[in-house]
Amino acid sequence: MSEPRDTTKRTVGWMGIHRGHRARPAEWLAEQGIFFVSLTAILMVFLIFVFVAREALPIVLGRMDSAAHRPALPDEQVALLTPDGLRDYLGLTAKEFAGLDKEAIQSLIEVRKEEAKEAPKSPDAKINGAAWRYLLGPHPWSDSATGDRYVWQPVGAIHKYNLVPLFIGTLKTTAVALLFAVPVALAAAIYVSQLARPTLREWLKPAVELLAGVPSVVLGFFGLMVMASFLQRGFGYESRLNAFVAGIALGLAVIPVVFSIAEDALTSVPRAYSQAALARGASKWQAAWQIVLPAAAPGVFAAVVLGFGRAIGETMVVLMASGNASIVSWSLFDSTRSITATIAAELAEAVFGGHHYRILFLIGALLFVATFLTNLAGDLIMHRLKDRLEGKR
Amino acid sequence: MTSPATISSKLDFRTRGFDFASFAFTGVTGLATLFILLLLGIILANVVWHGWETFSWRFLTGGADQDMFDVRKAGVLPMVIGTALRVLLMTLVVLPVGVITAVYLTEYANSTALTTRIIRGAVNNLAGVPSIVFGLFGLGFFISFIGRGLDAGAAEPLWGKPAILWASLTLAVMTLPLVIVATEESLRAITPGLREASLALGATKLETILKIVLPEALPGILTGGILAVGRAGGEVAPILFTGAAYYMRDLPKAPTDQFMDLGYHVFILSTQSPDIEKTRPILFATVLALLLLTMSLNLVAILVRARVRRKMRAGH
Repeated sequence: MSEPRDTTKRTVGWMGIHRGHRARPAEWLAEQGIFFVSLTAILMVFLIFVFVAREALPIVLGRMDSAAHRPALPDEQVALLTPDGLRDYLGLTAKEFAGLDKEAIQSLIEVRKEEAKEAPKSPDAKINGAAWRYLLGPHPWSDSATGDRYVWQPVGAIHKYNLVPLFIGTLKTTAVALLFAVPVALAAAIYVSQLARPTLREWLKPAVELLAGVPSVVLGFFGLMVMASFLQRGFGYESRLNAFVAGIALGLAVIPVVFSIAEDALTSVPRAYSQAALARGASKWQAAWQIVLPAAAPGVFAAVVLGFGRAIGETMVVLMASGNASIVSWSLFDSTRSITATIAAELAEAVFGGHHYRILFLIGALLFVATFLTNLAGDLIMHRLKDRLEGKR
Repeated sequence: MTSPATISSKLDFRTRGFDFASFAFTGVTGLATLFILLLLGIILANVVWHGWETFSWRFLTGGADQDMFDVRKAGVLPMVIGTALRVLLMTLVVLPVGVITAVYLTEYANSTALTTRIIRGAVNNLAGVPSIVFGLFGLGFFISFIGRGLDAGAAEPLWGKPAILWASLTLAVMTLPLVIVATEESLRAITPGLREASLALGATKLETILKIVLPEALPGILTGGILAVGRAGGEVAPILFTGAAYYMRDLPKAPTDQFMDLGYHVFILSTQSPDIEKTRPILFATVLALLLLTMSLNLVAILVRARVRRKMRAGH
């Protein structure tokens, strides 16, 4: 719309109809109400971050201890502990501690002794796997048969929470998905927006976007039940479910995202650009490739960035088609376990409020931050593109 | 002397004979488009082909009181009802909030103001949050924080456990951007003249929005609602920990009950079946039911949206 905007202070929104709260109290109230409801989106983004990060906080601050073997103190030393020291020793929250009488505390101290007696005796048992050093760094676990130094093994006698295998898993599936989806989706976007006849275009765009309507659990099912065997026959690798299968299935979820954003960006380039090129004798493909594509480059880049965000966050496809073995391996044909699949598969079994539970929230928070940043970047790039095409910059 | 006609014919690529680059470029990009459609076709055809045999009226209306892994007895009625209920609850929440936000953004907000930009940024970001993170949020906020808060002092947890209410609210947060964007688009498609005419006749701004703008934007609002339902209907990750049940004898009766879900059932049948070969027909038929639900909704949304866009082009 081309009407000049009224920017005087007392007017808001279209056509400057705003008479203040004295003239029309009902209107004023409604406007305030509408404004507050529209803040929901901001509130939700904020709450998502706060409440996912809140559960992860004890891990971030290094307050959780996942060691299987915590040595028990002899009775005379327990008697010397301050109330706070005793509370820490028993691993209770302030609220829980306050609700217990002397007898209960004494029995908890006994339980603690029993636990220490029965704990596994391996030298690794005293290690706190939930500390940052073990979350990210290597450790030569004494009971590891394969000699892996990066191990994610949340169940068992000794909890190992190394995140590196999960990062590698997500990286592998995402890379395959993008390598597969981006070229296909971009080529299709160029064809649909620049080369196809208008009547064909009207049909092609919604048809391609229909792929976005296939639920991810169905894509996962398709990867698991149909594509896995098909691709295995074609490539002859060993493990049926692996990063490659999951990546291709994931690509199916990424294609519609990259396609629609890139198509929008290409279409938003003014027709005059390509018409000028055509008038100067360029062929249709030259105009598309040399004029329209460079003009829309930021938008195309944003499409790839947002496709990346979709790929690292997709859960069901990877959960079903990747095999879910947390091995450190750079081979695409090994079974792999991603961040999202780990959360989905393990959260239901994790003890509420325990270290496993909190570490799963921690990787969820990391995922949120990663997608938040990619979205922000994609958004800013699209804004720049719009400004540039409208001649503001 | 060169006439304008010869100049234009010199610059016209068609006179140069067969243009291989042009042919190749159009061919490659066209094939990419075809490839995507082919993949979509293969998925749909495969599901229909393998699922059709088991997919029957009895399958659709069969209960879960029988063995859910028995091909002859399994049915999806409890899952269909569970999915429908959670989606309905979600719509009741997300539609008003989404429409009001869109009304604010198009009718009231000053598009250059900082608040407006932050709201838009938040909406865009919400659209990109991974679905599993919504699941964590539902567990951390709705169940642990609100639910357990409501339960404070109670012996048995009533609210502080997975329930259809919490699953629906989680999905409502997830689909909020879809509704906002679709409604906004249809609001923008309405010619300013309509609003001006209403105001000129003495209607207030609120009256104009309620009686002129919103009825006119109804198709777009419906599209947003349908898109949200289609998206939420197939989502599994957000409801994994917020309400979906592996098996339930009864249908959910209260908002605090858990529910069986079509998408979650697809996941169970494909990964936790006792005998994958035997349950394969049930699996394909269940996928077919899920696809019929989501794809038909998407198709309707696409058709309505195409109409809105045509109207927009005609109006401007």
